[in-house]
Amino acid sequence: MSIQLNVLSGTGDVASASGKQWFYTDAVKEHFFSPKNIFRTQEEAIEYAKEASGIGLVGSPACGDGMKMFVKIDSSSERIVECKWQTYGCGTAIASTSAFSEMVTKYGGMTIEEAMKIKPRDIADFLGGIPPRKFHCSVLADKALKEAVNDYFEKTGQSDRIKVGKAQIVDKVLKITDRDIEHAVLEGALTFEAVQKKTKVGVHDKGCIHKVNELINFYKEKYFGDD
Amino acid sequence: MEKEIYFDHAATTYLDPRVKEAMEPFFTEEFGNPGSFNTIGMRAKDILDNCRETVAQLINARAEEVIFTGSGTESINLAIQGVARSKKKGHIITSEAEHHAVLETCEYLEKEEDFTVTYLKPNKFGQITVDQVKEALREDTVLISLMYANNEVGSINPIKEIATLAKENRVLMHTDACQAGGILDIDVKELGVNLMTLNGSKIYGPKGTGMLFVKSGTAIKPLIFGGGQEFGLRSGTENIPGIVGFTVALKFAQDERESETARLTKLRDDLVKRVLEVVPETVLNGHPTQRLPNNANISFLNIEGEALLLYLSEHGICASSGSACTSKTLDPSHVLVAMDKPYELAHGSLRFTLGKRTKQEDIDKIMEVLPEIVKILRAISPFNQKMEELQVEVSQ
Repeated sequence: MSIQLNVLSGTGDVASASGKQWFYTDAVKEHFFSPKNIFRTQEEAIEYAKEASGIGLVGSPACGDGMKMFVKIDSSSERIVECKWQTYGCGTAIASTSAFSEMVTKYGGMTIEEAMKIKPRDIADFLGGIPPRKFHCSVLADKALKEAVNDYFEKTGQSDRIKVGKAQIVDKVLKITDRDIEHAVLEGALTFEAVQKKTKVGVHDKGCIHKVNELINFYKEKYFGDD
Repeated sequence: MEKEIYFDHAATTYLDPRVKEAMEPFFTEEFGNPGSFNTIGMRAKDILDNCRETVAQLINARAEEVIFTGSGTESINLAIQGVARSKKKGHIITSEAEHHAVLETCEYLEKEEDFTVTYLKPNKFGQITVDQVKEALREDTVLISLMYANNEVGSINPIKEIATLAKENRVLMHTDACQAGGILDIDVKELGVNLMTLNGSKIYGPKGTGMLFVKSGTAIKPLIFGGGQEFGLRSGTENIPGIVGFTVALKFAQDERESETARLTKLRDDLVKRVLEVVPETVLNGHPTQRLPNNANISFLNIEGEALLLYLSEHGICASSGSACTSKTLDPSHVLVAMDKPYELAHGSLRFTLGKRTKQEDIDKIMEVLPEIVKILRAISPFNQKMEELQVEVSQ
């Protein structure tokens, strides 16, 4: 008699279709090991930078995440015809950028307007799901694109179209911004207590608690909501 | 998938087949409860006594000083909380580089009980010095708990010297020796500690087994109450197969300690030397010589550790990383951060821990694939920092 033990066939957060003991879906794996739209060397990236329409860089090695996005934009149609990238980060971060670059350039390329609407959730869906714990690793691509598009606007004399994502201070004492709250939510802090533990928000500035709760709900919905 | 090569022995070890064989009769045949007054129970009691005596000899203690537990974590909890329950209040000295079992327990006592805790900051190698402890000692210090060797970077602490200082000041000394079993000298008389934790699952023994050495006369209270097993310090029917496994594993580990240390040091040095030589912008974390012979912890600049791990697993190589993305808290390794390693280096750290089955060809395999993986990931990295730049930043 043999007993089937479920624990023996279980995998990590997200089981891969092939049943191999991998933490990610096959799509994540494919984009990680065979990333699309990359450079083979640093030199290639330097050369490409000279002809790119716009370049955007977000993050830093110290944060553990960083991304540089290079786009070529057709000026008449405003379609993103090429999107190349470099990413410093974990498997999810690398796979997400690769997937993002494919999403924006597919079928002749999205327009700037369309591409700017892509949310981290869309990337996760494109990849067939990302473990919840890893979700925050997929949020850099849309930010890097925004920077690259702004760079393009700047270079083409359309400064009026530049979108500045200005952070707003919520906690006046500790100078904590809405972006800090967004970051905490992405890292899995979904209650006021959890966000406070990460950011110390509202410890001194009690007046901001209501606003912080609103922000938490907003970002929770944005990143973890059902639709 | 290629053949799996295991380089994560500091996380856990496989069961030595000889240990498994020794354990086998105690599951279905010799299953008795040492507390039962019948022949099967009496035989179990004999085995238990025999194991306790054997472990005592291996660590140079007395049999009644050996408490079998369910894990290293449990032993640590019993040591720290048990002493705290006995002392009621006071001051505890530990370090920022300790295992979470120590840190979380101390934080609890600080928060919920009448204790204050000093968390000593390790030096750049991850070690605590005797002078640091001396400075931290207070009138009301009741316990010092410091690890023998660090599980992440392998650096060894001067436990003997610190224990001498503790004794002079009538302070109890506990050492978490989970990484030291089968590797370092765990003679408790030589070390001079009052309490010492060992873990079965790091010495090729079964998981769910551990031991706490409690020197006779140490003021300590139990955390688990019941039938009064383990001299009243750990109630619950004894896990005889586990205890047998732990004992046999410790016996083999100590018997083979010297030859294994020599063999592993050679392999580890070869690995470190080759990685640092072949792969640019890398650095060894931890002390160059005062470290566990099986530990190599290396940081790779401009790459994130989890990405490295994923590529390595694709080649069958199982290692670990101190990167934020591999931790539950999404913070990089608390040990590397406590050592003042720049975050860049903490995120890009890889730990290889060698063991009994590690062979030269396994090291060669790492060298066959790792430089290429680093090249691939660096080509797609937006950063191109140099180690010198980082050093400048650090010293500023």
